[in-house]
Amino acid sequence: MTRHLRSIDELGRDGLIELLDLTDHMVEINQRPIPKVPALRGKTVVSLFFEDSTRTRLSFETAAKRLSADTMTFSVSTSSVNKGESLRDTIETVAAMGVDAFVVRHKSTGVPWQVSQWTEASVINAGDGWHQHPTQALLDCYTIRQARNDPSFEGLHIAIVGDIKHSRVARSDVQAFTMLGARVTLVAPPTLLPPSLEGWPVEVSHDLDAVIGDLDVIYLLRMQRERMGEALVPTLREYTATYGLTPERAKRLADHALVMHPGPMNRGVEIAVDPADLPGSVIIQQVANGVAVRMAVLFHLLGSPTGLQGGDT
Amino acid sequence: MSTVLKGGTVIDADGERQADVALDGGMIVDVGTNLRGDEHIDAGGCIVAPGFVDLHTHLREPGREEAETIETGSRAAALGGFTAVVAMPNTEPPHDSVAVVALVRRLGQQAGLCEVVPSGCITIARAGEQLAPMAELRTAGVTLFTDDGNGVQDPLLMRRAMEYAKGLGVTLAQHCEVSRLTAGAVMHEGSCCSRLGLPGWPAIAEELMVFRDIELCRLTGARLHLLHLSTARSVDLVRAAKADGLPVTSEACPHHFTLTDEALASFDAVYKVNPPLRTAADIAAIKRGLADGTIDAIATDHAPHPPEAKEQPLDEAPPGMLGLETALSLAIGELGLDLPAVIALLSHNPARIAGLSARHGGPVAAGHPANLTVFDPDLTWSVIPAKLASKSRNTPYAGRSVRGKVRHTFLDGLAVVLDGEAQR
Repeated sequence: MTRHLRSIDELGRDGLIELLDLTDHMVEINQRPIPKVPALRGKTVVSLFFEDSTRTRLSFETAAKRLSADTMTFSVSTSSVNKGESLRDTIETVAAMGVDAFVVRHKSTGVPWQVSQWTEASVINAGDGWHQHPTQALLDCYTIRQARNDPSFEGLHIAIVGDIKHSRVARSDVQAFTMLGARVTLVAPPTLLPPSLEGWPVEVSHDLDAVIGDLDVIYLLRMQRERMGEALVPTLREYTATYGLTPERAKRLADHALVMHPGPMNRGVEIAVDPADLPGSVIIQQVANGVAVRMAVLFHLLGSPTGLQGGDT
Repeated sequence: MSTVLKGGTVIDADGERQADVALDGGMIVDVGTNLRGDEHIDAGGCIVAPGFVDLHTHLREPGREEAETIETGSRAAALGGFTAVVAMPNTEPPHDSVAVVALVRRLGQQAGLCEVVPSGCITIARAGEQLAPMAELRTAGVTLFTDDGNGVQDPLLMRRAMEYAKGLGVTLAQHCEVSRLTAGAVMHEGSCCSRLGLPGWPAIAEELMVFRDIELCRLTGARLHLLHLSTARSVDLVRAAKADGLPVTSEACPHHFTLTDEALASFDAVYKVNPPLRTAADIAAIKRGLADGTIDAIATDHAPHPPEAKEQPLDEAPPGMLGLETALSLAIGELGLDLPAVIALLSHNPARIAGLSARHGGPVAAGHPANLTVFDPDLTWSVIPAKLASKSRNTPYAGRSVRGKVRHTFLDGLAVVLDGEAQR
């Protein structure tokens, strides 16, 4: 059993599959009349969110509470970080209160690794810089597997479309999807791709129309408006015209193709069609599965092997 | 009172020979066999060389004394075999006035561990907008001008600085970085940064300025020194400039011939440096450049930062690493050069670039100032951060076993390091 979940690489293929299998149990728990088990009673989970992310934080906290863990939230806007306290001092101070796991979100790549040097607690990466967002990749894999009712991704063609360069979701998803056997195509203008794709097990296309008919899954990334000053694309309108999921493109998707998005969506930009009009959209299922996947992660890192036998509280 | 260094091998620009070296009154008074003096210091098994000159030292004082002081940095220098260091101008306040330059020189003299040679700013506050008073600063002894930490971005201003410098007979040392291409950069732009999701510092941001300044050098005839070359293409550009006979010199840092960008996969900001650690191919090119004379000098870019600064997230941590106490060992162990070549890169070449040849890097011969270093080229030691003399601990070589260690350092005939221990 690994002590931390900081990247998909670190988890490995077997760990990934183990967590996805465990998620099935969590989905079952979430369907009970009282969706709560005592598996992590007495454990303390601290959310350290140095960057705003309401949905990820709520998802983790819901997951922890359903497993009966105690939760504390540390968000930067109300914390001593604004008074000049260093990251290390913050971690050591909070850890001294007795913490079993830190859930860390930070705008800077690598912070979960730094944090794990300063505490004995497990560290769960809830997104670091442009680097990794492993629980997002887990919930994405789980959502695909659930929608297809097939644990194998062999032969599956998944396109990740949009700002790959600045996307931790893309970096984690590429690793996870390919570990499970999928064929992944990155679709973006060169300005939105990492400077080098050496060693990435992917294909690349600059033409969404050329690949869209062949896809089993189209994964749309958020086009961040705040990056428009960096000369990455001329205009959002042009981006939508070339890389957005427009009604015309949506018609060219295969009937069975899934449409995914990590949220929050930019309606009218990367997704220029009402998701309600997309029969293959599993965007809401992604959010729902986020809780179950995070329950699986917390249980995997903090629980005892017999912890799920405990019955309802 | 005379002192004789007994039993060493003298290596300087004139070659290699077994000889004792006698010092008196701050000068070398005799070099020969079986010399006698009032005091004998053992140099058996060691190399006696002209003291090293570091063209690129950040001493942090004034302004950032929590990272380093002129005294602690001078001690690190002496322990590394350096008898002179060029103090970089990015202090607070910076080296853009005679008062600051005079202060730095005086604090160096008070520390008395090595000669602290202040560089001067090219522009006021290193802001790249208005020329610093270069003639006044030259009167105060400054011969090397740089905005190090920043490159001079404006090509017109750089042209004017070079024209003006030519009239003064001083050297401009450029930190080559087109800053528009490196905004927010944390590490080398390539496959590693792409995988780690860190903003990249592309090689071309250095190479464009190397190219521009070589051409401005061609236009103006001013002496140009290129700081901390880090890319293969930069080395090629300098090689071509030298072939054209231009008055261009350059330096490389030990970390740029020993470490690659893959070190950042640890997310440890001790490996963050500017310009960044690059690829194995760049390392090979830097080594070739050092071997064939394209790169004239090894410079440390010794850049102390306190632990709390380096414990910040990678994108917030300041760039820079310690270098004074490990430069010799890395040069001996990593370059595959013979000792005379290593000594040239650490001593007489940089002394010439800094305009210090009258006092440093000269021949080990009677009548020359007794600025000497005595090192054991075979002694293996482990880099232990807590044992370094620098006030900071940000060495990227912690725990590494290296070969070659300074045993004694003499500044104007005075033993400032004896048997590996600083004497003041």
